[in-house]
Amino acid sequence: ESKLAKPMIPNTKCLFINNEWQDAVSKKSFPTINPATGEVICLVAEADKADVDKAVKAARDAFRFGSPWRRMDASDRGLLLNRLADAIERDSAYLAELETLDNGKPYAVSYSVDVPMVVKCLRYYAGWADKWEGKTIPIDGDFFCYTRHEPIGVCGQIIPWNFPLLMQAWKLGPALATGNTVVMKVAEQTPLTALYVASLIKEVGFPPGVVNILPGMGPTAGSAIASHMDVDKVAFTGSTEVGHLIQQASGASNLKKVTLELGGKSPNIIMSDANMADAVEQSHFALFFNQGQCCCAGSRTYVQDTIYDEFMERSVQRAKNRVVGDPFNLKTEQGPQVDEEQFKKIIGYISSGKREGAKLMCGGGVAADRGYFIEPTIFGDVQDSMTIAREEIFGPVMQILKFKTVEEVIDRANDTKYGLAAAIFTKDIDKAHYISNGLRAGTVWINCYDVFGAQAPFGGYKYSGNGRELGEYGLDNYTEVKTVTIKVPQKNS
Amino acid sequence: MCSTWCYTISPYTLPVGKQTNMSSQPENGQYHMDLNLDHGDTESRQTIPMPIPDLEVQYTKIFIDNEWHESCSGRKMQVHNPATGDLLCEVEEADTEDVDKAVWSARAAFQLGSPWRCMDASDRGQLLTRLADLVERDRLQLAVRKTHAHTHTRTHILKRTHILTYGEYFTYTRHEPIGVCGQIIPWNFPVMMFAWKIAPALCCGNTIIIKPAEQTPLTALHMAHLIKEAGFPPGVVNVLPGYGPTAGSAIAHHMDIDKIAFTGSTAVGKLIQQAAGESNLKRVTLELGGKNPNIVFADCDLEYAVEQAHSGLFFNQGQCCLAGSRVFVEDSIYEEFVRRSAEKARNKVLGNPLVPGVDQGPQIDQKQFDKILELIESGKREGATLECGGGPWDQRSLFIQPTVFSNVTDNMRIAKEEIFGPVQQIMRFYSVKEVIQRANTTHYGLAAGVFTNDIDKALTVSSALQAGTVWVNCYNAMSSQCPFGGFKMSGNGRELGEYALQEYTEVKAVTIKISQKNS
Repeated sequence: ESKLAKPMIPNTKCLFINNEWQDAVSKKSFPTINPATGEVICLVAEADKADVDKAVKAARDAFRFGSPWRRMDASDRGLLLNRLADAIERDSAYLAELETLDNGKPYAVSYSVDVPMVVKCLRYYAGWADKWEGKTIPIDGDFFCYTRHEPIGVCGQIIPWNFPLLMQAWKLGPALATGNTVVMKVAEQTPLTALYVASLIKEVGFPPGVVNILPGMGPTAGSAIASHMDVDKVAFTGSTEVGHLIQQASGASNLKKVTLELGGKSPNIIMSDANMADAVEQSHFALFFNQGQCCCAGSRTYVQDTIYDEFMERSVQRAKNRVVGDPFNLKTEQGPQVDEEQFKKIIGYISSGKREGAKLMCGGGVAADRGYFIEPTIFGDVQDSMTIAREEIFGPVMQILKFKTVEEVIDRANDTKYGLAAAIFTKDIDKAHYISNGLRAGTVWINCYDVFGAQAPFGGYKYSGNGRELGEYGLDNYTEVKTVTIKVPQKNS
Repeated sequence: MCSTWCYTISPYTLPVGKQTNMSSQPENGQYHMDLNLDHGDTESRQTIPMPIPDLEVQYTKIFIDNEWHESCSGRKMQVHNPATGDLLCEVEEADTEDVDKAVWSARAAFQLGSPWRCMDASDRGQLLTRLADLVERDRLQLAVRKTHAHTHTRTHILKRTHILTYGEYFTYTRHEPIGVCGQIIPWNFPVMMFAWKIAPALCCGNTIIIKPAEQTPLTALHMAHLIKEAGFPPGVVNVLPGYGPTAGSAIAHHMDIDKIAFTGSTAVGKLIQQAAGESNLKRVTLELGGKNPNIVFADCDLEYAVEQAHSGLFFNQGQCCLAGSRVFVEDSIYEEFVRRSAEKARNKVLGNPLVPGVDQGPQIDQKQFDKILELIESGKREGATLECGGGPWDQRSLFIQPTVFSNVTDNMRIAKEEIFGPVQQIMRFYSVKEVIQRANTTHYGLAAGVFTNDIDKALTVSSALQAGTVWVNCYNAMSSQCPFGGFKMSGNGRELGEYALQEYTEVKAVTIKISQKNS
């Protein structure tokens, strides 16, 4: 049972606009559910177009030339981000509990992985605030030329439900470090931690209007942001299907800059010379982490034919041993899926797998009487053409495929519209370099999986998105470069 | 105590300000000085708490391996309060043997596989942030406003640059720390110089042996305590108070120190460079003296320029490598400028630097005091016009009257030699070309100022001046993000900003043969 009898969030029935807690214009609200039990946690205010308009106005005002935010020393922007990181660190236990209550991921993971990564991300970008430098440029002619790295302006940010706190930090860090203002729509499945962080944003001293947080639905609030004529940029993390809509909305409205982090069907390639125990454990983690709800999940595990049988046997054993249960139990490895819609979709994919002739090796069913729990499931003898090998399942369903040669597996791995991540398990230095160079994916892991750092850029090739988050690269997407050229009487080098 | 205990810490916050109201009644036991800081359109008020009377000196030993040691020789140094001449305390004196101990410790801390070498770069940054927090906590003791802890994020990227090479190779670079770095710092801004040195070095993963000036070892030793409190592993930072010719020389000549960074006089800078050549060719960076030109054109805001030129010289009792000690004023405004400058100098309040309302404290010690007076006499002798001041303030102390010379010509000693005291030289010029040439006729090249409203003059003159920092319509405006260092004999290398990291980095290129290169 949850340790929280009732959440202590002060203002769930409000939106956070201009550092104030405001009711939705429509006064509408929606319930947020605890996926471990199916019960309502509380009601949350629901933002719609009118609220988006208010938030954009507040963000635009906070961004005006001469405003406190525009006039603030870059180092002070960094200081505010550091203070936010400190406040989050201070409240880690509470935030981890709230995250688990709303999302269903095991508390042990929220506390030891999600929250610390949030803190590191914010601290990392705090450091960049006063280091994002322009240049002086030796232009031809009697001119003095330099660039300024300016913020873009009002940035719409739409984040998903799979890593609520972390996705919020990945978005806020670079945007605020570079001096933008933000209108953020958080996922309707998981609004609670973002609202709590909003209270911290106000507590540590960000000026009003710099960050505005709106819980709401995609087709209403999200769409209002994507189509808004006064939002300068939209950053979206979510499904490829919605990514298409966002891009089109930008074209139909004001050509706002668009960055997208979308889905994946990431290949995880196990060569015969890999360390077997390592490869099995990492591949298990690569798929099942976060209840399989990762855009970069290693959901096509290609195993070289000579080790296929042993790999399969060990993987099935590992999956059978996976502890599924109450996310607040510290022994639990896997909690519920986030909601009923996802739950049904995953069960549907499992059926398709059976129907299309894949071999069900373990799991395949519902794991509990209430909540949205699914058994850790493995399919063998999977062919590239099967639905479960082509479409993103976003659940605890592992596909294991057989291959023979390096050239073959590179081709098959790349034969997808996605290109988010990939991995290779091998001891051979030549294979490691050759295959990683050949894979069309934004992140390639070698002898590991799901290794993230605020320092390392992350993003997709092809339909998995455009632009990179994290690292120095993450700043590019929140910057407008202005070139200033001044006439001088005589140029000297 | 040395003047830095009071207010002279961040040059870019205070000298720009005019002192306005001082409350006569203490509030909550604190006097508040309202500083009107003019940053263009905005004003900010800063209140400064009363200094702690009879501050207890807690740390007086040598800091090696996160422990406090007595000197190997048994010798101690005396530390005096330059405002009163009184003995403050005694501090352990480091010499060659202590330097050897420290090097051994720093080398061990730098071994492959050590906690420091294996630490995540982001954690090095976190330690620096924690140290900054501790310094802020103890700031009344240290009298610091901002420390140079902003460089920490650079540690997050042990930069790997993918380089395209010819042939079937994969090449990348690693930015590695250099190793054991010796750092010798001066007495004019003790704790700030400490921060400027340790921050980039630690950020890049080096280990440090730092020798603070014999005149001002106390804040460095307090910092050592905070470094241990923050959690830096033992041996990463070692603090050795001592004298130049003994401890400093031992560092410069040491065969197992990989780099030396020195801030101080040009004369000693030359010795350091030679010592590096004689010993193990250790990397050398130097921040030395200056005789910085401050050029005031007739089309400037005159009152503002007078004020900036005044604080540009008199800040920190004139004890700044950056002091604008040659003020070139355009002929048509020369007389008025001199008159106003002399009046400003006459109105300066001298006294105990711990008392609110005091503008100028004592010079650091007798040696400096004597040197400044000698140069003042040379000015009188060589025919400059003494506008005000010109001698000691009272007979028993190290205070010197704020002094202004006009009608100074370029060949006078006061126009050529670094005085490092409250003595302002004002020269007359007629044309842009002439003043550029005269400003550049010096072996120094640290900083310069230009006051004009004309965009062409501003850009022409700032491009032409041979100085590492040129200020336009301001002086002493500094910030952790901006590189700082000298042309010519004012030194080599840059501190602060991203540039500082290069001086603490060894670049290693790694090239791996691969079976087939693809772009």
